[in-house]
Amino acid sequence: MSEHNQLTDGKKMALSQADVLAGLKEIVEEVAGIPAASIEMEKNFTEDLEVDSLSMVEVVVAAEERFGVKIPDEAVTDLVTVGDAVNFIVNAAK
Amino acid sequence: MSDRRVVVTGLGATTPLGGDVATTWPALLAGTSGVRLLTEDWAQTLPVHFAARVAVEPSEQMERVEMRRLDRSEQFAVIASREAWKDAGSPDIDKERLGVVIASGIGGVTTLLDQYDILREKGARLVSPHTVPMLMPNGPAANVGLELQAKAGVHTPVSACASGAEAIGYALDMIRNNRADIVVSGGVEAAIHAMPMSGFAAMKALSTRNDDPARASRPYDLNRDGFVLGEGGGILVLEEYEHARARGAKIYCEVVGQGLTSDGYHIAAPDPDGSGVQRAIKFALRDAGLTTKDIVHLNAHATSTPAGDVAEANALRKALGADADHVAVSATKSMTGHLLGGAGAIESVFIVKTLQDRLAPPTINIDDLDPAVTVDVVRDKPRALPAGDIAALNDSFGFGGHNVVLVFKSL
Repeated sequence: MSEHNQLTDGKKMALSQADVLAGLKEIVEEVAGIPAASIEMEKNFTEDLEVDSLSMVEVVVAAEERFGVKIPDEAVTDLVTVGDAVNFIVNAAK
Repeated sequence: MSDRRVVVTGLGATTPLGGDVATTWPALLAGTSGVRLLTEDWAQTLPVHFAARVAVEPSEQMERVEMRRLDRSEQFAVIASREAWKDAGSPDIDKERLGVVIASGIGGVTTLLDQYDILREKGARLVSPHTVPMLMPNGPAANVGLELQAKAGVHTPVSACASGAEAIGYALDMIRNNRADIVVSGGVEAAIHAMPMSGFAAMKALSTRNDDPARASRPYDLNRDGFVLGEGGGILVLEEYEHARARGAKIYCEVVGQGLTSDGYHIAAPDPDGSGVQRAIKFALRDAGLTTKDIVHLNAHATSTPAGDVAEANALRKALGADADHVAVSATKSMTGHLLGGAGAIESVFIVKTLQDRLAPPTINIDDLDPAVTVDVVRDKPRALPAGDIAALNDSFGFGGHNVVLVFKSL
């Protein structure tokens, strides 16, 4: 359990891939205005969703808040697709 | 001197009187006040409870996602520039010959303050990554430049309440100097927030006529007690004359001169001698190749402060001499409030419309004309201007002692 899960009353928060994808869709829609329905696991943040480097920071911070995980800066560069981010968050929350 | 002449081929605005030029201009001629009580809780804690907000919120004119990355001042710039660019016929131009000069007096001050609140309440991690691009004073110009892909240069002169006029003068220079063929120019401001309003109130610069906001901005009236803060912006598309003709553009009028001086007198108070203003008018007319006899209209700075209005009027009388008798002076801040860095820009838009319609807009709220004001003020109703070649002046002054005068001429 990561230290950030302590934010949620110390309870372990097992997150399913589906839950994280649904949450991430909402975040990307809010930040980049991409309709949630068109956001899929294989979509590339930069090329498909037009999430630029500044907006990516917003997505990361919002995801950290929402899922109670820590996404280090060095990990962000590897989050190329939505699926990368979903899997990272699911693993980080274990 | 350059033989490249500069004309106006597009206009855009979002003001307390309308979300575009087409709605703002008739409201201005009708003598409508754009000043309203502020409904926000914070306003009730200030000495001043009113301001002149834009008539149409940016949320009605742009997409939510676009808005959240733009400071309100940048939203105004983008909205007014889109209108102006479209009005100019969305010209197909080599982007390396396209420039942008858009000013702001204070920059993204609401972003700065809102993000500071977030920093204090939630910590550094939650400060938006868009904070700096949103608060930087060159943000409005930069965002418009980005949208239009302007590559001849994007600039932001800052001279407080003279900024908008200075931006148009800078654009004039860019075309005359052959740096660009088209320059999108103007000014914006979005500073209706507790902090800047408290600062202006502390200077005793704002009217406190809380019981009658629509009558609070009253330039030249004996009982004026300060300016009313406004927001919004104005944009003019300036274009080299032959370039405009070659593409068959609609041409409103010509921008023929500018004069810039500084007072070296006081950080905020106007020089009662007004010599800086007089010199700016003299230089502007010389630059334009005109004389005081050619001027039929002036859109005054006239913010409704006790000291400023008379100092300006005295300077105008001295600079124009007997010819001041045939200059119809309009103080449109009586309706729009004072847009600070946007003021000189919307007032330039008004001058262009004035020359087009040959109608000088009214000055409202003058119950008792201050006898110290010795210029010919257009009161209550618009005034028709003469036929034939006519020219008009815009003067704008800023804290810091900046004086900017622009000259526009019918074509």
